Amino acid sequence: MNPANEKLFELLKQVGGYIYPNEIEVHWGILVVVYPYLTGLVAGAFILASLVKVFNIKEVQAVYRLSLLTALAFLLIAPLPLLLHLGHPERSFEIFLNPNFTSAMAMFGFVYAWYLMVVLLLEIWFTYRKDIIVWAQQEKPPMKWIHKVISLFSTDISDEASAFDRKVVKGITIIGIPSAVLLHGYVGFIFGSIKANPWWSSVLMPIVFLFSATVSGIALVIILYMVITPFRGEPIDMKCLDKMASFLFFAVIIDFSLELLDFIHRLYQSEESIKILSEMVMSKLYISLVIIQVILGMLIPLAIIVAIKLFRFDEELRKLLYFLSVILIQLGIFATRWNVVIGGQMFSKSFRGLTAYKMELTGIEGLLMTLILLIMPLVILAILIKIFPPWEKPKGSMLGEGTA
Amino acid sequence: MERRTFVQKLLALALPGGVFGLFLKKSTVQAAPYEAAKHYYGMGIQIDKCIGCGRCVEACKEENDVPREPFYFRTWVERYTIKKDGEVTVQNIDPRIESGLEAASERQVLRSFFVPKLCNQCDHPPCVQVCPVGATFKTTDGVVLVDEKRCIGCRYCIQACPYGARYLNPKTETADKCTFCYHRITKGLLPACVEVCPTQARIFGDVRSSASPLTRFKRMNKLHVLKPSLNTEPKVSYSNLDGEVR
Repeated sequence: MNPANEKLFELLKQVGGYIYPNEIEVHWGILVVVYPYLTGLVAGAFILASLVKVFNIKEVQAVYRLSLLTALAFLLIAPLPLLLHLGHPERSFEIFLNPNFTSAMAMFGFVYAWYLMVVLLLEIWFTYRKDIIVWAQQEKPPMKWIHKVISLFSTDISDEASAFDRKVVKGITIIGIPSAVLLHGYVGFIFGSIKANPWWSSVLMPIVFLFSATVSGIALVIILYMVITPFRGEPIDMKCLDKMASFLFFAVIIDFSLELLDFIHRLYQSEESIKILSEMVMSKLYISLVIIQVILGMLIPLAIIVAIKLFRFDEELRKLLYFLSVILIQLGIFATRWNVVIGGQMFSKSFRGLTAYKMELTGIEGLLMTLILLIMPLVILAILIKIFPPWEKPKGSMLGEGTA
Repeated sequence: MERRTFVQKLLALALPGGVFGLFLKKSTVQAAPYEAAKHYYGMGIQIDKCIGCGRCVEACKEENDVPREPFYFRTWVERYTIKKDGEVTVQNIDPRIESGLEAASERQVLRSFFVPKLCNQCDHPPCVQVCPVGATFKTTDGVVLVDEKRCIGCRYCIQACPYGARYLNPKTETADKCTFCYHRITKGLLPACVEVCPTQARIFGDVRSSASPLTRFKRMNKLHVLKPSLNTEPKVSYSNLDGEVR
C-alpha cells in the first residue's frame, strides 16, 4: 500500500460520525492556508502605504517605502503555495490561456497581474526613480549597473520630472486602494461563494478577509520596523509607532466586530448546519479558533493597546507591549486563515460527522515547506531593501519622501 | 449434382451475399452514429427496492477502474438506521471495510433503509462553475465530465460539490467522478451500476423520452432530489426519499 493511502487509513480511525466516503481526504491543506495569509499581508501592507500617501499622514512617512517593498516581496511568493499544491503544476498556465470566466479562481491570473504590474511595480518605480538615478551616478559597479538598468536608463532629475513622479504615484495609489481591496476581497470570494459549504458560504467573507488582511499587513510592517530600525542603529520613531498602532487598533476592532457579527448571525439563524459547526468549533477548532484566533490574537492585543492609550507608559514598556501585541496579532491572523481553510473541511457536507487533518512534517504539503514559504518573502525583502534602501537619501538630494 | 457445380453454385450464392452482408454492416454503422443532441440523461432511484448488496459499487469500481481503497467512490450506498429515540445512524455499505457499528436491535429501530448515492449530474453544476480551466464541463446530453488531460488538480470542484461525489484520483492526480458510464451509454448500453442491480433500484434513461422506464418511474412515483435548496437541479431523482437523507 502506498504511504498516502496508509495515511488515509490512519485518518479513517479518527473520523467521528458519518462522512461521505470521498471526504476522508482533506483536499486543501496547509499550503492553501499560507496562500490567503500571504496575499493578506500584501494587501494590508499596501493599504498602510496608501493611507500614508492619500491622507498624507506625516507620522507614518517613515514606513511608506518599507510597506511598498514588503507588499512586493510577499506578492512575489504568494502564488507559490498555490502552484505547489496543484496536482498538475505544469498545466497551471492553462489558467491564463483558457480561463473559465465563471470561476473565481480563474480570475486569479488577472487580478495578480494587474496588481503586480500596474499597481505595485509602477508605484515603486515612480517613487524611487529619481533616487535610483542619483544612486547610479554616485555608486561603483556592480550596483551602478543594477540601478542604471532598474531606472530604465532614464536620466531626468529635474524638478518638473520629480513633480510628475509624485503626481503619478498619487494617481497609482488611488487606483491601488481598490486594487488591494480587489486582490484580497477576491480571495475571500473564492471561499465565500461556495454554497455547498456553510462554513465558507457568507457574503461577509470578502469583507472579513479584507479587514483581517489590513490587520495582518499593518502588524507585519510594525514588526519589520521594530526589528530593522535598531539594527540600523537608529532610534525607533515613537510617533510613527503610536500612529501605526492606532491604525492597527481600529482595523482590529472592525475585524473583530465583523467576525462577531458573522458568529451571532449564524447562531441566530441557526440553520441546518449549526449543530455540526458548533460541534466542530468546540472540538476540532477549539484551540485554533477560540484560544489562538479570538483570545490570543484579538482580545489580548486589543486590551494591551487600550491599556497603552489609557495609561502613560514610558517608551521602553510601550515598545515591548506593542511588539508583544503585533506578534500575537500575526499569530491570530494565521490561525484565522487556518480556521477558514482547514475548518471548512473538518465537517462532512452530510452534516453528520467530523473529519480529521494531520499535517506532515516533510513533503510538499508539510510543515517545513510552510516555514520555507513564510521565510522566502523575508529573504526577498532583504534583497529588495539592499537594492532600494527605503530610508537612505542620496547625498545632496532634497527629496521629501521616506525618512527625511 | 456434381461436386464442382455444387461448389460453384454455392460460391455464386455466397459471394453476393457476403458483399451484401458487408454493405449491410457498413450501412448500420453509418445509420446510427451517436447524436448527443438527441439525448438528455437522468437516473431514478427507488429507495424501497435497494437491498444494500453493494453490487453497484463493485461494478462501478471494476468498470471504471476506480481505485480500490475505501476513499474513492463514484457511487456508494448509505444505510440509514433511525431509532425510536430519534437517533440516526448512517453507514457506508462497503464490503471491504469491517463495519465498526453494531446493528441496532430490532425493537429499537423505527425505520431503516438504503440510499445509493452518485454524482447527481446537476443541471446547474457548481463544480463546472468553479473550474478555473474548464476541465470539468457539461455535455450536450447532460452529463458532467472531467477532461483529465486539462484538469490542473486544484480541487476547487471537489470543494464546490455539495454531495461529496468527487475525489482526486491518485493515479492521474486529477478530479474524478461518476460519468453515468459515458463510454457505455453512448453505445446504447446501460451504466454498469444499473446493469448489475438485482432489484432494479436504479433506472437509467432519457429524461425527454416519452416512453422509457425513467419516464414511467417519474409518472408512478413522488420524487425528490438531494439538497434541493442549493438549486443545483440534480438529474438523479429519488422515490420515497426520507427527510433524514442529506
